[in-house]
Amino acid sequence: MTTIPTTADRPIHAAEPHHGGNYLNHAAGFRSWLFTLDHKRIGVMYLAAILFSFLLGGIFALLVRTELLTPGRTIMTAEDYNRLFTLHGAVMTFLFIIPGIPAALGNFVLPLMLGAKDVALPRLNLASFHIYVVGALLSVAAILLGGVDTGWTFYTPYSTSTGGPVILVTLGVFVLGFSSIFTGINFIVTIHKMRPAGMGWFRMPLMLWALYATAIIQVLATPVLAITLLLLIAERALGIGIFDPALGGDPILFQHFFWFYSHPAVYIMILPAMGVISELVSIHSRKTIFGYKAIAYSSIAIAIFSFLVWGHHMFVSGQSELAVVIFSALTFSVSIPSAVKVFNWLSTMYKGSIKLETPMVYALAFIVLFGIGGLTGLFLATLATDVHLHDTYFVVAHFHYTMVGGVMIAFLAGLYHWWPKLFGRLFSQRWGNVGAVLVFIGFNLTFFAQFVMGAKGMPRRYFNYPPEFEIYHQISTAGSYLLAVGLFVAAGVLVHSLLAGRHAPANPWGGATLEWQAASPPIHHNFDGPLVLTDPYDFSGLVWNDAEQGYDRRDRDKETANP
Amino acid sequence: MSATATPRYEGKARLAHYFDTRAQQYDSHKLGMWLFLVTEVLMFGGLFCAYAIYRANHPEIFLYAHTLLDKNLGAINTVVLLFSSFTMAWSVRAAMLGQRRLLAGLLAITLLCGFAFLGIKGVEYNHKWQHGLLWGDRFDYAALQEHGAGAGAAAAGGAGAEGQAVMSELDRAAEVTVAHGHEPAAIPRNVHIFFGIYFVMTGLHGIHVIAGMVVIGWLLRRAVRSDFGSRNYTAVDLGGLYWHLVDLIWIFLFPLLYLIH
Amino acid sequence: MNALAHAAGGSTPASLRPFLAQLPDSFWMPAQASSAAGDVDTVFYAIYWLSVFFFAVIVGLMAWFVVRYRRRGPDDVAGRTPSHNVALEITWTAIPVIVSAVLFVVGFKGFLNLATAPRTAYEISVTGQKWQWFFTYPNGHVSNELHVPVAQPVRLTMTSEDVIHSLWIPAFRVKKDVVPGRYNRTWFQAETAGTYPLLCTEYCGTGHSDMLTSVTVHEPGQFEVWLDQESNLLADLPPAEAGAALVKRNGCLQCHSLDGSAQIGPTFRDLFGSSVAIRDGGTIIADENYIRQSILEPAASVVAGFEPVMPTYAGKLKDQDITTIIAFLKTLSGLGGAEPEAQAGPGPDDSGNDGAAAVTEVP
Repeated sequence: MTTIPTTADRPIHAAEPHHGGNYLNHAAGFRSWLFTLDHKRIGVMYLAAILFSFLLGGIFALLVRTELLTPGRTIMTAEDYNRLFTLHGAVMTFLFIIPGIPAALGNFVLPLMLGAKDVALPRLNLASFHIYVVGALLSVAAILLGGVDTGWTFYTPYSTSTGGPVILVTLGVFVLGFSSIFTGINFIVTIHKMRPAGMGWFRMPLMLWALYATAIIQVLATPVLAITLLLLIAERALGIGIFDPALGGDPILFQHFFWFYSHPAVYIMILPAMGVISELVSIHSRKTIFGYKAIAYSSIAIAIFSFLVWGHHMFVSGQSELAVVIFSALTFSVSIPSAVKVFNWLSTMYKGSIKLETPMVYALAFIVLFGIGGLTGLFLATLATDVHLHDTYFVVAHFHYTMVGGVMIAFLAGLYHWWPKLFGRLFSQRWGNVGAVLVFIGFNLTFFAQFVMGAKGMPRRYFNYPPEFEIYHQISTAGSYLLAVGLFVAAGVLVHSLLAGRHAPANPWGGATLEWQAASPPIHHNFDGPLVLTDPYDFSGLVWNDAEQGYDRRDRDKETANP
Repeated sequence: MSATATPRYEGKARLAHYFDTRAQQYDSHKLGMWLFLVTEVLMFGGLFCAYAIYRANHPEIFLYAHTLLDKNLGAINTVVLLFSSFTMAWSVRAAMLGQRRLLAGLLAITLLCGFAFLGIKGVEYNHKWQHGLLWGDRFDYAALQEHGAGAGAAAAGGAGAEGQAVMSELDRAAEVTVAHGHEPAAIPRNVHIFFGIYFVMTGLHGIHVIAGMVVIGWLLRRAVRSDFGSRNYTAVDLGGLYWHLVDLIWIFLFPLLYLIH
Repeated sequence: MNALAHAAGGSTPASLRPFLAQLPDSFWMPAQASSAAGDVDTVFYAIYWLSVFFFAVIVGLMAWFVVRYRRRGPDDVAGRTPSHNVALEITWTAIPVIVSAVLFVVGFKGFLNLATAPRTAYEISVTGQKWQWFFTYPNGHVSNELHVPVAQPVRLTMTSEDVIHSLWIPAFRVKKDVVPGRYNRTWFQAETAGTYPLLCTEYCGTGHSDMLTSVTVHEPGQFEVWLDQESNLLADLPPAEAGAALVKRNGCLQCHSLDGSAQIGPTFRDLFGSSVAIRDGGTIIADENYIRQSILEPAASVVAGFEPVMPTYAGKLKDQDITTIIAFLKTLSGLGGAEPEAQAGPGPDDSGNDGAAAVTEVP
């Protein structure tokens, strides 16, 4: 056990004003938020922006599902439907899932988990948020100009020949890429340079391993998306001809470029989710994580493999058979570290002391849904079955199970888990759990029906469909309404907590990582006393304090008295 | 050199509150810059991949079209950029040693080299524009047939026309032109592809040169204000790293575009 | 798939109606109608049961742990277990490795079968275009629905006129993208006569979900009869009826209705001879020249209220074809005689076997 000196012990910083308040009331006014360099405030602003994007993307999703209630026109034309599913995909992917966990929750907890006062490059962090807002506005401005109907994948030559403000949306996504890159650079530098004495690489919380692996992908993959989008803009604006078959270009090259980014981007989304789950399963079972090193290494393995599998999006595109076979083999390889993580989480729960607190309920939902998402990936990695299933609702269901059932559920799990730390308020566990169950049931209704209809012959991105699929579409749409109700309950619980929740103790769940040694909510410079650094999953020193309704470190006074 | 009696000028140093030591601050900023350079390399890496794929599939286009570029201007620009890299590296040393006037002078020379590079590039672009040596459907095959076909005739021996499965209208038009011209097979099909890649690569590089010049201009202003010295040279160091990368990319672009065999 | 097959059956020759996709669907998969379908489904169900097993184990253990090891009080501590176990961890890494390796090999073999067409395969060229399919048979005949012989390997050589499409025949378990500027190939051997849906699965714009047609698998000997019959259709018909057949065959009806309702394009009913408002202002009388221009240069004068999305038919329709189409349009405006039924072509029953000699050899 190590004691880390913090602010109080460093005379060089003694001039810092101490208000006795917290980061939320440290300074007031619009500008004190918009131009803050405080990672916590930037995290909260990111959270607000991301939740707004999620709401927007969710409304688009409900409109899409409503349109699909009946074959042919239900509430809109085919053109409007095509624009809507494009917006739904683009908003959810680029504005919600990719930045969701790293930029909002990661920004908030990463320095706290390191016992640091901020990220290493706070200006870059703020720039990342401002760029995110600019990119989001550019993309969403396209709606006001009539929307685009390219699909979020922007496949050429459709995207270079269709109407609408495609350049604007592409530019928006290009700008968002910088936001992602800056977050990634910041996390790598912070984890390398700001770890406290005594926290070696293998004493880091697994969330940090996950964020580190994520940041590596962000830094290495996003620039390729940037150049792809620039070429697309050049193609559309100038007719450069690189992707245009009419000018001797190759439209399949665009797909290679696009998926070289966008497949790793899938792991930009899921890796932080796995990090959240690793933290939560251990803390809410009050048991040391099983196979720490295996989980840490599997994060890095996933980051590496993620760069080698992009071709599996193109098994039927006409790329060479050899390439197809190699990509299939590599795709299977990425399933193994994911499976290892699931087994480790289960073993962590074995003989644990499990409490179904709301974050844990979401974590369990994650394991079930990600299990289905991962296993259905096997059908798509296997060449013989992928040829049939490619570009059908089976694929739609598969990636929603991993992206929504995986990432969104983990985002909610993390949000509930760190909510008391973020805002210093507790929430109603009962209603939190009701929301989680509704989300779980609604989600499965929505997307399991899509597995069946996809395998039976329903292609994706279809406005119209044969009447025999109507029943599956109706189940799916009904499920999506239930999912929406569940999410509104989940949101209502948090809003109620903000307005009327009881004050949260520093450590409501009994976490052993450093952020639980900060006050709830933390002060402006995060910590005001020396920190006790233990193994991040050693819960033996934490005892329940009934007066505080939270956990105390039994040995804390002893350590502090003798620094 | 012998130790000077007067202490080195230290510059206006500041340690941010979230760092413990100056070394930690410097290392963090430097690591951040290196990571940013990695992203730049990968971004250009995408273009180099596109280049490699098209060159492998259509070597005749590249063999023919590179003769339409001006090697001499390209070579002069290479020298200009290499020299600017030298003055940039020297300016980092000047900042470390607290040589304020030298630092400002070297940064100014570097900046001028940037302008010289852009000027020469502008002359080249203008020439391409005049002769219709442009991208995509803006490429003027008729003008090339009249003026420039001879230049590439020798280099374009054995221009195979097998790469393309489906002929576009433009291709057919080009072939007709070739068939009726005096030097059949001199101009391979799809020469505009080369110029598409040429303009994207040099254009994106040019944007980076301009970005680098903005950074150097900002450094110059701060150098004139005496911000930099032996304890505060991070910004000069990082700006220098960026400028070296911009030079390095040109070092690859020049042979790949101008010097093809 | 029955409903879709039924919908497509409207244009199917009467003699084939008894064979319309009467095969049973399984819970997950559509009816099997090709030589590859059985193998693909075997792999599918193997992975399926494997997944069910692993899922049951994971969720079962999870549920058991949640109940068995629930926290009984705030200071309830976890039982002592090792923080890692190398043997266990190697085991549960090795099992997925082995499972993946087996699946890869099985999928690879299935893929090789799907990728390698026998040399004796019958060749049909496919062109995708927003939002219809053109199938060109070796004798030069072009149809919008795919017709193939049963128990005979068929290879499709496919390209696109505009954007990327993808050809999918669920009952055959084959799919391949149809890419402009290159030829992609796929093949199949249909095993059961009947009519099955054929769909576009690569998003291609407004009419993407209507870019579907049917595959008719003919009984032995019937395919040649059909091809001969269809190839000589136009020569034997009066102009208006030939025009009606061409309008159907070229997919005009995907966007232009015959009943007066506006779809992606204006309706054909009462079009000819009427005065139409033009998108860029002004009006034009829809006479022979306007119809001809609209077919060859569709973007020249677009009717107000519609988008300029129609592809050109220059090079696809010959002058005499356009003349017959104009003759057909006249009948829709009550000019030039009786209105032929555009939806029905004569079936092979009407003609006998006299065309067999003209059919391309099918080994």
